[in-house]
Amino acid sequence: MNVDEIEPQIAEPATLSLDDRRKLSFLVEEFNCLYAEALDEGRIADWPGFFTEDAVYKLLARDNAEAGLPLSLMYCAGKGMLKDRAYAIEYTEMFAPRYTKHQISNTRVLGREGDIVTARSNYSIFETLVDEPTEILQVGTYHDRFVIEGDRLLLKERCALYDTVCVPICVVFPP
Amino acid sequence: MGNMTQFPDHSKEAPDAERLKAYSWPDDPTLVPEWIYTDEYIAELEQQRIFQGHTWNYCGLEVEVPEPGSYIRSYLGSMPIIVTRDEEGEIHAFENRCAHRGAEFCKTYRGKTETFICPYHQWTYGLDGALISVPFRRGVKGKGGMPKDFDMEANSLRRLNVTTRNGAIFVSSQDDMEPFEDYLGPMMVEQFDTVFDGRPLKLLGVHRNILEGNWKLYQENLKDTYHATLLHTYLTTFGLFVASNETFVMTDDTGRHSTTCNRRPEGRPDADETTAEIGSFHSAMQLADPSVLNYVKESDSQWTSNAMTVWPNLVLIRQTNIFSARQIVPMGPNKFMLIWCSFGYADDDPEMLEHRLKQNNIFGPGGFIGIDDNEVIKFVADGAQRGAGRDGVIPLGRDDEPSDTVITDRALRGMYSWYRKEMGL
Repeated sequence: MNVDEIEPQIAEPATLSLDDRRKLSFLVEEFNCLYAEALDEGRIADWPGFFTEDAVYKLLARDNAEAGLPLSLMYCAGKGMLKDRAYAIEYTEMFAPRYTKHQISNTRVLGREGDIVTARSNYSIFETLVDEPTEILQVGTYHDRFVIEGDRLLLKERCALYDTVCVPICVVFPP
Repeated sequence: MGNMTQFPDHSKEAPDAERLKAYSWPDDPTLVPEWIYTDEYIAELEQQRIFQGHTWNYCGLEVEVPEPGSYIRSYLGSMPIIVTRDEEGEIHAFENRCAHRGAEFCKTYRGKTETFICPYHQWTYGLDGALISVPFRRGVKGKGGMPKDFDMEANSLRRLNVTTRNGAIFVSSQDDMEPFEDYLGPMMVEQFDTVFDGRPLKLLGVHRNILEGNWKLYQENLKDTYHATLLHTYLTTFGLFVASNETFVMTDDTGRHSTTCNRRPEGRPDADETTAEIGSFHSAMQLADPSVLNYVKESDSQWTSNAMTVWPNLVLIRQTNIFSARQIVPMGPNKFMLIWCSFGYADDDPEMLEHRLKQNNIFGPGGFIGIDDNEVIKFVADGAQRGAGRDGVIPLGRDDEPSDTVITDRALRGMYSWYRKEMGL
């Protein structure tokens, strides 16, 4: 996989009416706020609920993606693996307690085909450990495909492509 | 100008005796002094006497430089190097530092090129590190330029000795290195070949992370089988590594290399006296998608996992169907980088590739058990840097015990016995 396969470069605004773009952009932004709140409040068990049953979640280093290398830092194919990741974080992994804060911005709806909405957003995650200053854990871009049903979105695919190739220690919670 | 292509050899110089008097290693072999994790001078001495000393240092896989002109950035100890493949298919390694003004000129992880050009003054080097051209060598209109006796060869990049075995690349700045097989010893060669059996490899990708702590803590982590059964709930719960599994911990005659071989039982471990002592054992835990942990038999090895350390900087892992080579890159006493190179076989079908990619969730800077180790090393480093001074203790097991116990610090004692010799401590 390379970056162009993740999402062909689309420099023009989506060929949707202004009203559709406004509505869909709002729905994606609202979705991302809820997604970020669940993670930042430590409700990791709620995380799989943002995805469809057949969803794919990938956390990819940008240099690997650009070189066509498929290895992900986290990879879930299907809701089962999403739940297993959430369970492992909650019950089996050992890590220092931390606060995280997602900032999700530059949200842009790229298009809609039937009930599939494609969008991209930049994200950054700040992490704060006990007795330490807040650090930037990761910056990257979400490349998303949502399923839309009425006013409700669910992720069918979220590919988080991160610039922070040299990971500071580790990434505990999925971006 | 002298021959600058050779590395200055500090490895055989006696360390500053006066300065070393301040460091006193405890007599008790079960104690490890804390200053080896925090001291700047010790870290500097390690670069000279270990990494640039009499060692073969892992620096990458042949599959990372698959074609003529392919290159990667890598390291020898803390020193940035470049690993290339030339037009004849031969592999070279040299310092990533221009012979002129010393700039670290290669700033990309990997790529393909015919030459390396330092951007500062465009000194140009070939794929073997040899200096090819210097702009305005004769000056302009007869004025300026390089001295008449300027020796191109002597101003090439500092070149390293290279050896390979079954697809893994090792470098040394020493000219008198024994063959890699002799460096490992016969028992470790056999273990090495369970991961690198000579089949062509397929590169899956590379993770990088920066850990807070001393690089030796990572070597220790792999030699410390006691922790694997306790810290890693994920491993124990799903039977990938449990104290009651059939396991061998072996070191070579010098104590510097080690390996842990383990056979995982069929299915999940029962709740019994072994799991009862593991406070982190979760017998209720069930995977929603257990296929991730399937073991697809792909070799004759009787083991389901091998965790090997090759002194000083390679950790080689075969766990179920995961293959990974981790390079330890020291960055001063309190920091190191890990470069995790994950691979499969060139003839993997799409299904096997997918299986390996899913299973790789276990390791890495976001791995189910990778996270445990990355985090706990910072816990130890925080203790060493902030706490009141005290030695570390490695008392478990005996040095003459049979190799089939995991509740032991034997391999750590072996490593530090070798470390003291190499460092002159």
